[in-house]
Amino acid sequence: MRPFTYARATTPDEAVAQHTEGAAYLGGGTNLVDLMRLGVALPSHLVDVTRLPHAQIETDGDGLLIGAAVRNSDLAAHAVVRERFPMLARAVLTGASGQIRNMATVGGNLLQRTRCPYFQDVTRPCNRRDPGTGCPAREGEHENLAILGHTPDCVATHPSDMAVALAALDARVRVHGRGETGLDDLYGDDPVRASALRPDDLITHVRVPPLAMRGTYRKVRERASFAFALVSIAAALDVADGVVRDCRIALGGVAAKPWRARRAEAALRGGPATEDAFTRAADAELAAAEPLRDNGYKIPLARNLVVRTLGELT
Amino acid sequence: MPEESLVTLVVNGRTRRIAVDTRTSVLDLLRERLGVTGPKKGCDHGQCGACTVLLDGRRVNACLVLAVAADGSRVTTVEGLADAGEPGEPSELQRAFVECDAFQCGYCTPGQLCSAAGMLAEAKDGWPSAVTDDLAEPTDLTREEIRERMSGNLCRCGAYVNIVEAVRRVAE
Repeated sequence: MRPFTYARATTPDEAVAQHTEGAAYLGGGTNLVDLMRLGVALPSHLVDVTRLPHAQIETDGDGLLIGAAVRNSDLAAHAVVRERFPMLARAVLTGASGQIRNMATVGGNLLQRTRCPYFQDVTRPCNRRDPGTGCPAREGEHENLAILGHTPDCVATHPSDMAVALAALDARVRVHGRGETGLDDLYGDDPVRASALRPDDLITHVRVPPLAMRGTYRKVRERASFAFALVSIAAALDVADGVVRDCRIALGGVAAKPWRARRAEAALRGGPATEDAFTRAADAELAAAEPLRDNGYKIPLARNLVVRTLGELT
Repeated sequence: MPEESLVTLVVNGRTRRIAVDTRTSVLDLLRERLGVTGPKKGCDHGQCGACTVLLDGRRVNACLVLAVAADGSRVTTVEGLADAGEPGEPSELQRAFVECDAFQCGYCTPGQLCSAAGMLAEAKDGWPSAVTDDLAEPTDLTREEIRERMSGNLCRCGAYVNIVEAVRRVAE
C-alpha cells in the first residue's frame, strides 16, 4: 500500500479544507481500504469523516434525513426505516455481510466503486482507473456487467443495493456547501466517471421524501447471501380498483448507476395492474438494453423480476 | 504530516498504546505488533470473516479497519470472549462450538466465534436480517436466520451445519 497521511475531521468545513490534492475521504473503509491494498486507489492523504456530526437518522415529516456517517446496519435496524421504508431496509440488509454493514457508511455506500474485475486489477487496462487505456471487459469477462446505458468506453455496473432503493425513493443527496442533487445527477450519464461529484465534494446527508406506497426490494445473485446483485429491483406500487395510480421502479446490477425505470413507470401509470401490463412495462424499459456477448440473461431476469415483484405488491 | 501515528486501543480489557504506520490494519496491529494471534488473516479483503473482532462491541472485519481510524476503540478478540464469565473459562458460545463439533481445521473458528457473539447481540437488540419476513416484528433466530446472519464467515472445511447448531443452542 502506498504511504499516506491521516487526519480525523470533526466538522464538514474542516473535512473539505483537509481534502487537498490526492486526498480521499475515509468512511467505513470497506471498499477504499481494499482498493488501496489492491493498488487501485492511491490516496496520499486520508480524511476520516466518520466522526463528523452526521451519524443520526432524523424523521423529516413523514420522510427521513439520514446522516452520511450512519452505518448501514443502523440504517436497516432503525424502527422508522423498517416500518415506513421497508424497501430501503431490505435493500441495505441484502448488501454485503453483517460485519461489513457494521462498518460501511451511507455516504461511502453511495460512492463505492464498481466491482468490475478489470477496474480492480491494476495489471489490466481500464478506462475508469486509467483513462484512455481501453475497456477489455467489452470482449472479455462481462457476465455480470451492464446491459443499459453503457458506452464503448465502460460497461461497469454500480454495486450498491441501498442506492437502488434510494433511486426509487427519489432521495436527494446533500453535498456540503453545494445543495442537494438526485441520484441520477449524482452519478451522471458517463460510466467512465464514477460520479459527477468533484473529489472534495462531501456528502453530509441523504434526504428521503415520504412515500405513500407499498414497496419492497428483491435481489437475484449467484449465492443465497453475501454476493453482489446480478439484477435487483426496488419497486413500489399504488393500486386502486385494479388501476395503477402510481409506481416506482429502479433496477440494480444493470448499469453504471441505479437504473430508474421511468419508461416502465410511465407505461404503468393509469393502466391495469395485470401481469400482461407489468410485462409490457418491463419490455418498454428493456427495449433500450444492449446486452454484451455473455450477459443477455439479464434481460429476461430483469423482466421476470419486474413482473413478479409488481405482482406481489398488487 | 507524519505517516506514523500513535494509537491507543483497549484490547481485551488491556490498554495498549503504540506507534503505527498509517497503513496498518487492526488485524496486522493485533497479530504482528501486539501478539494477539486469535484473529486470522484469510483473504485480507473482507470476504472470508476469519479476522472478525468486536470493535466497541460490534463485529467488524479487522483487515479492513485501519488502526489509526480505530484509535480510542475497544477491541475484543476470541481471546477476550471468555472473560465475560469465569476468567480463563470458555464462554457458553465457545463450549457450544466444542460440544457441537462446529469446526474441523479451526482456522475460521476465532472469526466465527466473534461474529456469532456480535450477531447474537444484534439479534437481542431486535435487528432484522434479509430473510426476516416482517421487518416491523421481532424475529426468532431460526436456522435460516442464523445462516443469513453468519454469511460473512466462510468455513472451507464446511462445518456450517454444526456451526449453525452451536449458535442456535446459545440463542435459545
